[in-house]
Amino acid sequence: MSDAREEILGRVRTALRNVPDDESPDDVRVERAYRRDSGEPHEAVVALFVERVADYRAEVERVPASELRERVTRACERHSARRLVVPEGVPAHTRPEGVELIEDRNLTHAELDAIDGALTGCAAAIAETGTIVLDAGPDQGRRALTLVPDLHICIVPADRVVGSVPEAVARVAGGQRPVTLISGPSATSDIELRRVEGVHGPRRLVVLVVE
Amino acid sequence: MTTFQESAHIALQDTQLRHNIGNATRAIRAKRNDAVAELPDWEELREAGRALKERVLRHLDHYLVQFEEAVTASGGQVHWARDAAEANRVVVELVKATGADEVVKSKSLTTEETKLNEALEENGIRPWETDLAQLIIQLAHDTPSHVLVPAIHKNRAEIRELFERELGIENLSDEPAELAEAARRHLRAKFLSARVGISGGNFGVAETGTIALFESEGNGRMCTTLPETLITVLGIEKLIPTWQDFEVYLQLLPRSSTAERMNPYNSFWTGVHEGDGPQEFHLVLVDNGRTNVLADEIGRQALGCIRCSACMNFCPVYERTGGHAYNSVYPGPIGAILTPQLEGLDRAGSLPYASRLCGACYDVCPVKINIPQVLVHLRHQVVKHERATLDPEQAAMRAMAKVFSSRRRYEVAQRLARAGQWPFARRGVIQHLPGGLSGWTATRDIRPLPKQAFRDWWRQR
Ligand code: SF4
Repeated sequence: MSDAREEILGRVRTALRNVPDDESPDDVRVERAYRRDSGEPHEAVVALFVERVADYRAEVERVPASELRERVTRACERHSARRLVVPEGVPAHTRPEGVELIEDRNLTHAELDAIDGALTGCAAAIAETGTIVLDAGPDQGRRALTLVPDLHICIVPADRVVGSVPEAVARVAGGQRPVTLISGPSATSDIELRRVEGVHGPRRLVVLVVE
Repeated sequence: MTTFQESAHIALQDTQLRHNIGNATRAIRAKRNDAVAELPDWEELREAGRALKERVLRHLDHYLVQFEEAVTASGGQVHWARDAAEANRVVVELVKATGADEVVKSKSLTTEETKLNEALEENGIRPWETDLAQLIIQLAHDTPSHVLVPAIHKNRAEIRELFERELGIENLSDEPAELAEAARRHLRAKFLSARVGISGGNFGVAETGTIALFESEGNGRMCTTLPETLITVLGIEKLIPTWQDFEVYLQLLPRSSTAERMNPYNSFWTGVHEGDGPQEFHLVLVDNGRTNVLADEIGRQALGCIRCSACMNFCPVYERTGGHAYNSVYPGPIGAILTPQLEGLDRAGSLPYASRLCGACYDVCPVKINIPQVLVHLRHQVVKHERATLDPEQAAMRAMAKVFSSRRRYEVAQRLARAGQWPFARRGVIQHLPGGLSGWTATRDIRPLPKQAFRDWWRQR
């Protein structure tokens, strides 16, 4: 096995023999002349986020903090969700009423599959692309929670919405925790290019932007 | 070996295929243009995307070692494979060690290249392709015709029949939503019980050891999250230097690929995450010809490809022939430059002629790979190669005979020589024609030479 390693690295070095010995990776110039932030005021950024999430045919609402619990409860009713898995870091005042809330105590895949939905927060959100960023923080839980159940209700605090992709990449500690970017419900266009929402991931995504 | 031109002739007679591919590429082209137009800094992003890949390729040994260390430090195990057979052997052994007799697989061009599924089956391991299109292709014992929509050549009635026959599902309608639902139900049981997942990856981050997987359906998330063991197969060229570089590729790839602002799911994992996802992670780094490509200073840029498929969607030749004509895992313009370099000119020497050198691929490539330049370069190589394997005088005579046997060919050759486009014509003399012109004219026969310049014709469409 280590033979393969040595041989491949040897081949790479031979292939690159005309790269000068004293050239370092940083000598290869990379110009980052693209936009680092969207340059828009925050209110416009949040409005754009809402618009772009809606483009993916996800449900999206702006919600005053005082009404959050009620709106989560209503979303559950709309989707006939009776049992929700809720990571421990989701604040008590956002948890819906009249719905069985299940903590993730090493739930098996089969148990998760029998749950109607997941209620989580997020690490960041990107306005230009209508994307939610999860990094498995305490209000988001492990990756399977937002994957196996068919409904994902995501609470996005307005101050976590950034304008552009570079701003979001800078906010997330990639390389340590697992990161998942979610842009709308799962989809396929594999059959005659007709877009179908919902294949394997949650088919319904509800995004609540809290002011 | 069947040449591109021979396969293209067959493909062109399939009107259903032409129709589907034409529709698909037309729709995606328009969408892609809209998605790109939204970003005022598209050109700056392309330039950064290109330069980062150049940095990685010129210092690939450095980045590979750094990447290996980072993956190992985060709990992953790294394996190296010189060629396809070795890659498959490594994966088969890893699966066997778990005792599993089936695996769930997310779409991976690299494992298509190595024909991993065949190797698994020979060893009594059943691979389940979980991308909807890949599942269709697998059930039909077919091969993909488009990188992005691999089953574009199949219509819904065929798919319904396939599902009924192969999955034993009865009373299906041919509504795409219902067919997708059938696939969901069928695969869900597999996902929930799978012990081993096999995936490819779009990027590997040298700095952190992170792997990125971009997808739409969620099957990639299932394969990389639910099983106890995850095996990711990655070509050695897939590296990027740092986590920060995603700020570039997260903008370039989705807009060029599915033509969306962002594809539905992007997953990033780094080795093993305690209490979250697979607790055993293996990474298989595959050479399989890539170092040959790296050795060619002009051809090397093909390794920067991020597999978006934009060059295919914009290629007038691909639009007419579809992907099968290329007899290659990588079709379209990128296939025309990558496959001959990976597999050698003996096997794929006709591919550099599967182009009209119009330059549309270069214009849309998100990492600015100069495909026409590499095509011309490879045509030189083909000619040199053929001259080396043929008695030169005989070859020249044959070529001239061919040229003079058709007035049109002769005129075409002359015109090209004059326009200076023809790399093998110098000082008004057509020097090396054998593979060159015969291959080129074979492609041209597909469609008569347009009277107007290609670009004008393109704009009017
Ligand atoms: S060569 Fe460029 S346009 Fe073609 S698939 Fe690769 S990255 Fe995309």
